[in-house]
Amino acid sequence: MTEEALPVEAAKPQGSSRRRLLALMMKEYAQIRRDPSTFLIAFVMPLLLLFLFGYAVSLDPRATRIGLVVQDESAPAARLAEAFARSPYFSVTTLRSIAPARDLMVQDKVRGLVVIPADFGASVEKGRPQPIQIVTDGTQPNQATFIASYAEGVRTNWMISEMGMRGAPPPIDVSQRVWFNPGLQSRFFLVPGSIAIVMTMIGTLLTALVVAREWERGTMEALLATPVRMSEFIASKVLPYFLLGLASMALCTVLAITLFGLPFRGSVLALLAIASAFLMPALGLGLFISSATKNQFVASQAALFASFLPTFLLSGFIFEIASMPWPIQALTYAVPARYLIPALQTVFMAGDVWPIILPNIAIMLCFGMVFFFLCFRATRRSLDA
Amino acid sequence: MAEPIPANIVAQARGIVKSFGGEKPALGGVDLAVTPGKVTGLVGPDGAGKTTLIRILAGLMTPDAGEVSILGGSPAQRLDSIGYMPQRFGLYEDLTVRQNLLLYAELRGLPRDAQEAVFKRLLDFTDLARFQSRPAGKLSGGMKQKLGLACALVSTPPLLLLDEPGVGVDPISRRELWAMVAELTKEGIGVLWSTAYLDEAELCDSVYLLSEGELLFSGPPADLTGAIADRVISVTGFADRRRLALTKALDRDDVIDGTLQGRAIRLLIGEGHPVPDAAALDLGPDTKVAPTPARFEDGFIEKLGGGPEGTSKLAAAYREIPPSDAPAIEAKGLTRVFGAFTAAKDVSFTVPRGQAFGLLGPNGAGKSTTFKMLCGLLTPTSGTGSVAGFDLRRSAAQARSSLGYMAQKFSLYGDLSVGQNLDFFAGAYDLSGGDAREAIERVTQIFELEQHYKRNAGTLPLGFKQRLALACAVMHQPSVLFLDEPTSGVDPVMRREFWTHINGLVRRGVTVLVTTHFMDEAEYCDQVTLIYRSRQIASGPPDALKAQAGALTGAADPTMEDAFIALIDASDANRDEEAEAA
Repeated sequence: MTEEALPVEAAKPQGSSRRRLLALMMKEYAQIRRDPSTFLIAFVMPLLLLFLFGYAVSLDPRATRIGLVVQDESAPAARLAEAFARSPYFSVTTLRSIAPARDLMVQDKVRGLVVIPADFGASVEKGRPQPIQIVTDGTQPNQATFIASYAEGVRTNWMISEMGMRGAPPPIDVSQRVWFNPGLQSRFFLVPGSIAIVMTMIGTLLTALVVAREWERGTMEALLATPVRMSEFIASKVLPYFLLGLASMALCTVLAITLFGLPFRGSVLALLAIASAFLMPALGLGLFISSATKNQFVASQAALFASFLPTFLLSGFIFEIASMPWPIQALTYAVPARYLIPALQTVFMAGDVWPIILPNIAIMLCFGMVFFFLCFRATRRSLDA
Repeated sequence: MAEPIPANIVAQARGIVKSFGGEKPALGGVDLAVTPGKVTGLVGPDGAGKTTLIRILAGLMTPDAGEVSILGGSPAQRLDSIGYMPQRFGLYEDLTVRQNLLLYAELRGLPRDAQEAVFKRLLDFTDLARFQSRPAGKLSGGMKQKLGLACALVSTPPLLLLDEPGVGVDPISRRELWAMVAELTKEGIGVLWSTAYLDEAELCDSVYLLSEGELLFSGPPADLTGAIADRVISVTGFADRRRLALTKALDRDDVIDGTLQGRAIRLLIGEGHPVPDAAALDLGPDTKVAPTPARFEDGFIEKLGGGPEGTSKLAAAYREIPPSDAPAIEAKGLTRVFGAFTAAKDVSFTVPRGQAFGLLGPNGAGKSTTFKMLCGLLTPTSGTGSVAGFDLRRSAAQARSSLGYMAQKFSLYGDLSVGQNLDFFAGAYDLSGGDAREAIERVTQIFELEQHYKRNAGTLPLGFKQRLALACAVMHQPSVLFLDEPTSGVDPVMRREFWTHINGLVRRGVTVLVTTHFMDEAEYCDQVTLIYRSRQIASGPPDALKAQAGALTGAADPTMEDAFIALIDASDANRDEEAEAA
């Protein structure tokens, strides 16, 4: 212990808002650097999600295993069987009778059956409709629908070519062009979607956790006893996590373009504007949740339900909004990510289409304002419950 | 118009009322003043309202009624003038010692050019200079406490509010902290020190004694002890019958409080009664009576209307444990390693049937680890132990069923009612039907739980929670009882009640293993062992340890705390020698 006196009449405090804010942000930075979980959520999780959606999850039907039961020996039947075998969407096991095919279905070796009946060739010769039977597995409704419609497609193509062989002109010539995503590759819309997920995680979940942690560990109590203002405290949480969110978004974008060959038809400025606009409601919600709950566990659950799940399910990222029942559709309007996804997809796949981007940005900013308003109302500079 | 505040007062509170919606307000009209250059004690058991009052002074809560003035302004206007150390220190565990200091310096607007000098002084002052770059989370409890103090002091505020800085910290760190605070008051800082340790109250210049939101006493501690000075006596000369002697003494009408002090007993005589002599006490032919200095705790007890009677109703209704020569509890080289950290190393002791055995030590020393190994809740890394003759490794289940366990902190079901908790534990201890009903009825009556029978256990007052916890642990009348910090935070009358039960049970032949960080409670034990930094540093009867410490330091009549400190110092010196030899 020192002999030197501790002067009570120390120099007058020179506090300023800017100085306190800077100190709080430096503290936040030091914590982020030292806390492995922040790093995991901000940089490792985006990578995982990107790889998951980029490589592992694909909504494109490719080479689904089906059983093809050919009960007819005629040339048209053989040509139809050939068409199924050549289709990129099916990997075909050819059989002669139903019984073994049924066994394959039961053992889940094939996901569907296509039966070309015995009188198929004869019907074709007589110009009668040619029924084929399509059997699908109803326990996997999505796949069943895919198989049914793609099998139907194969038959239609076959029919058109049959007609051509007979010299009859095909009834209609449909020439298909798919814009923006000519290959109809699902990763092209899944990857922007995963950017939305990542920003939600950082903006809402991480922010909710770090503020709740201050309450739980009692550091909030010590902070409140200093001249810090609530606005300074909130700003010190918003700015670092805003930057972290942008950094993580940038990482995702660069990987999406270089690794997955995603087009980037818009401008960096537009992307930045969209991401910044989305981070406002995300951060606002996170701060609101944590100031209302003051408990890490409750905050994480609330963040999961209020932001992560809606972003996942109701933003149009995986499930098309247009095909939802109307009450759910109505609900999607309250999900900020609903406005992010179309804007992001536009920037990646179409370009800077401002008439689409700007309204979405405006709506996201409105959400942000509402959440920040709620957050300021919920955060009082006091420990009174 | 309120009267003007005297110039020599840093903080003043008048008629503070604060309620959180319970039956009783947390603070029911409390007055308090903190003077510069003095340590003002805010003393009381857990739940007395200390933290609420300090938070109101720090501007963290608004009182429902009453006024607070800090240097003539409201707390919110004077945040610059208040240094506040919350109970949990308010440190950022991921940040280093220096980063924590820097953060608080910046937040409090310490001029940049003064920073280096202030940090250097604070780090020297707290002896933390060597640990500047260590994360705060990796500091020991005592070091965290000093860093918390340093952070509260960065801008040398005229008012320093310390919320229970001494709780759970080892006695050496506590003494160092007192020395530091004494140093600060010399500089004119007004310190408000809140504590549940009544011995700390005697060190304060003036004291506010709080109980259930009411002020019981305010003024210099000597005023409280002075009023009872000639009514405290020490009685000796009854050898091994000290528990019986205490029971008999406490059952007298003129004795309002009594405690065991090694082989002696201390008695507080009620106001208006003559101090009895040896013959009047009738405790045996060799009895000697001598006056002894009053303590703050005696005064508190008197304010609370005296301690409980000496006869324990629990013990009266308890079965007699048959005598046996086999040890009731045995620990042989118990060691537990968690990763790189050894929580307990080579702990060995034997407790014969019908004795109280104390495990003493600061938080984190390894008491609870040892305790849990003996209950079969933790498997020892090495070593063996037995309880009631059952080996812990081979028949942990039988060992557990012959002991009653009261865990540290409240570990009953808070959202079940008192009755439901009793039902559950009766079932858990294999009591069924009539036995269970009888046991529940018995403990309900003994611990006076009827009035709260339907209430959720989580909402009980602290004292009743502890009673309920003890009731659950003794329902099946075990021969061995494990009590982990049973009296932590409760008021002294409740502490007496617990020790009355423990005394009574021991006389029935029950073996009690108890942990505590109240050094004076060690005096109730037949034997104690001191655990410090995972090791057993001394064992023996309390009087022997005090004598050992007296030999080390030359002090005439050391308290248990003095003994603890002397023995820790000796152990540290040993360790240094070992380290040098290695």
